[in-house]
Amino acid sequence: MTDPALAPLERAQAIIEDRKLSTVARWKEAHPGGLAIGHMPIYAPRPLLEAIGCLPVGVFGGGDAIDIIRGDSYFQSYICHIPRSTVELALSGDLDVLDGVLFPSICDVIRNLGGMWRMLFPDTYATYVDLPQNFEADIGGKFYVLEMTRIARELQARGAKALDPAALREAIVRENERRAAIADLDALRRKEPWRVKASEAYTIVRVGAVLETAEHTRVVREFLAAAKERAARPIDNVRVVLVGSFCEQPPFELIRALEKSGCDIVDDDFQLGMRMIDGPIEIADGEDPLVALSRAYLEKGQDTASRYIGDLVKGAALLRRVKECQAEGVIFAAASFCDPALLDQPMVEAAMTKAGVPHTSFKFAENMGQFSVIREQAGAFSDAVKLWGAAS
Amino acid sequence: MSETVTASESKDRSQQTQKRMIADHFEQLSRAKENGKKVVYTFVPGNVTELLGALDLLPVLPEINALQSGMRKKSAGYIAEAEKAGHSEDVCTYVKCDVGMLKSGNIGPTGTKLPPPDLLLLSYTGCFTFMKWFEILKQEYNCPVVMLHVPYQTEGHITPEMRDYVTAQLERDVIPALEKVAGKKLDRDALAHRMQLSAQAEEDLVAVWESARHRPAPIDGYFGGVYYVGPIFSSFRGSEDAVRYYRELREEVEQRVREGRGPMTPDGEMKEEKYRLVVEGPPNWTSFNDFWRMFSREGATVVSSTYTRVGGLYDRGFRHDYRRPLDSLADYCLGCYTNLGLPTRLDLLERYIRDYQADGFLINSVKSCNSFSVGQLLMLRKLEERTGVPGGFIESDLVDPRYFGKANIENRIQSFLQMLEARKRGGSSQPLPARTEGKRVLPVIKEGVMP
Repeated sequence: MTDPALAPLERAQAIIEDRKLSTVARWKEAHPGGLAIGHMPIYAPRPLLEAIGCLPVGVFGGGDAIDIIRGDSYFQSYICHIPRSTVELALSGDLDVLDGVLFPSICDVIRNLGGMWRMLFPDTYATYVDLPQNFEADIGGKFYVLEMTRIARELQARGAKALDPAALREAIVRENERRAAIADLDALRRKEPWRVKASEAYTIVRVGAVLETAEHTRVVREFLAAAKERAARPIDNVRVVLVGSFCEQPPFELIRALEKSGCDIVDDDFQLGMRMIDGPIEIADGEDPLVALSRAYLEKGQDTASRYIGDLVKGAALLRRVKECQAEGVIFAAASFCDPALLDQPMVEAAMTKAGVPHTSFKFAENMGQFSVIREQAGAFSDAVKLWGAAS
Repeated sequence: MSETVTASESKDRSQQTQKRMIADHFEQLSRAKENGKKVVYTFVPGNVTELLGALDLLPVLPEINALQSGMRKKSAGYIAEAEKAGHSEDVCTYVKCDVGMLKSGNIGPTGTKLPPPDLLLLSYTGCFTFMKWFEILKQEYNCPVVMLHVPYQTEGHITPEMRDYVTAQLERDVIPALEKVAGKKLDRDALAHRMQLSAQAEEDLVAVWESARHRPAPIDGYFGGVYYVGPIFSSFRGSEDAVRYYRELREEVEQRVREGRGPMTPDGEMKEEKYRLVVEGPPNWTSFNDFWRMFSREGATVVSSTYTRVGGLYDRGFRHDYRRPLDSLADYCLGCYTNLGLPTRLDLLERYIRDYQADGFLINSVKSCNSFSVGQLLMLRKLEERTGVPGGFIESDLVDPRYFGKANIENRIQSFLQMLEARKRGGSSQPLPARTEGKRVLPVIKEGVMP
């Protein structure tokens, strides 16, 4: 029997692999005057961009599909890989379709990449999105509202529509529908991981980086319906949560190698931006939707390494996820030289150890081509968890 | 004391003043608990020392401890200790050095044990790692943390929104947290007084920095400069001691200018200034004097540097202003060098190269510091294009001696200086060869060698 989920998966994969972003180009043809605005990981306020008539385009570097020729000449050897492949894409003209790029505050590399962008491509809009690290509504929340207002104003000066609360309200509704679809996908993956593999969920969520929200929701729903029809059988794998890959993305083959090693990745942070707001963005009666968008980030932003922990307990959020997913272990998979992930990791590892959650760790680069060592490591980890219930 | 002190006597006086200040501070820290003094750990960029001083709180700056550990050859062991505890080899060695020092007994630079913090004041300015650093320390010390998130100056100017965000945090979060630890309310007059003292010291520091516009420069604005900025960047800004120190230092430097003397180096006074350089990036601390000698023995003086501006850009006009205390503290935090967008940093470097009549500029790219390092290769190209002045590029690290390849670095610096010499002989109007794309071009120095 043909896999009914194959067609949406292949379509999504083809869009992701299209470095020239022809999906975005087609959107621009269909929306004369519309701006395509790229954004680096982790999180950018996509509903804001859609509300002003822009297409938000997630930029995740070049993966393992491009040779880095010029990009390397801008970065020292001890810098992670995503900025060099992103510069390579831009210098090669692959990002020409973008009218601007947002560089959210995640780390010093992405921040400085924004500065480099301004010097390398002075005619392209490039700005830093200073996400608040103060989570009080009238301090950090107010600042974030002003930050989003600034971006909307600057994009309006470049041809975007003026920010209209009604349009933002509608964009938030669409975003909530997308989030609900992704949540359903995640739920199925957790319940029946043999029905939706991590690599498949990753593909279906990641394709949303270049699609309008409503279109992405349709893709997720289509895949979800097809996955439910699959003739799949339970496999006795170890259930794991994978963390640390929220910015530079691992190669597809690495995710597949983990799956082949006996791990069901029932939760991960590969496409954290799409899931950054935990649950729907709620707009109170009479509330400015911009304030609601800001409030959602403050109150429902997922715990991740680039977000200040405040008075919360380090590792507690991951432990909750492990419990909710009924996971048996954690895989820490950080990109090489990723400051947020690697500085965070010892603290979270300690929390896992204290709680008796087995864990293992490795580093990757988006363009790595050899996975046998990681596959063996993950296989040994899953065997250990399966046999003894602990591995580290 | 006679009014006609010699330059060396004057120099001794400022050095001794600084030495005494540091010794007193660490003495106070070592006895903090028995004296009921509260201790606040914080960072250099964006520190609000005046607030701490006005509340009688004692600051500890982990970056300074780390660099001191590097200079005392302790950092390799501390870093190994941290890596053994699970910290990645890829991340900032200041953090690992600090964690290792903590795990090794937390013995400070003067050999006495540092007290644990009563509060971690996370002045989150210009460096992402700061946030993780204090999250790590929070776990180690189990003490409260207060965050001061300072927005990044992408566009090269401070907006009212940025300022308001910082002042709101100061008013609502930081000051109450400090008052709680101090056990008393902030005396606003005491704060204003300290800010006046800050401004006085800043005025004198700028005069010291700008003395290097003279030929010969009476100071080295990088290797010597890190000593000069020590007090104002760390625990002493806003104190009478700092005012005294900077006044003495300024007098000493002005006397050197009058006498036409060059800067002091590890080998004594530099007799002949052959090359004037601007340096971008922090120094290496584990081989600090060796590194300095690579320049000074060749007659190269660093006339200006960006590292000495990480604790404030006073030479661009900023002064602490007691008449608008919180706004002024906010502007200070926002204006530190590493909190500036790359185009602004480039403008500043260009200005230094021109204002200080530099023959060349050198980038010391340190592995530990992405805040500084990311974009430096592009800055190198752009600066050469804009100024026609050649640039050199070397790589090392802050406090990890594994990343200080002495022979390699020395070769590169010598090649760079030889190239400057050749340019001088051949006339500096010759254009620089374009830097190529398409391959990594770190050892760029040879590209500029003139026939």
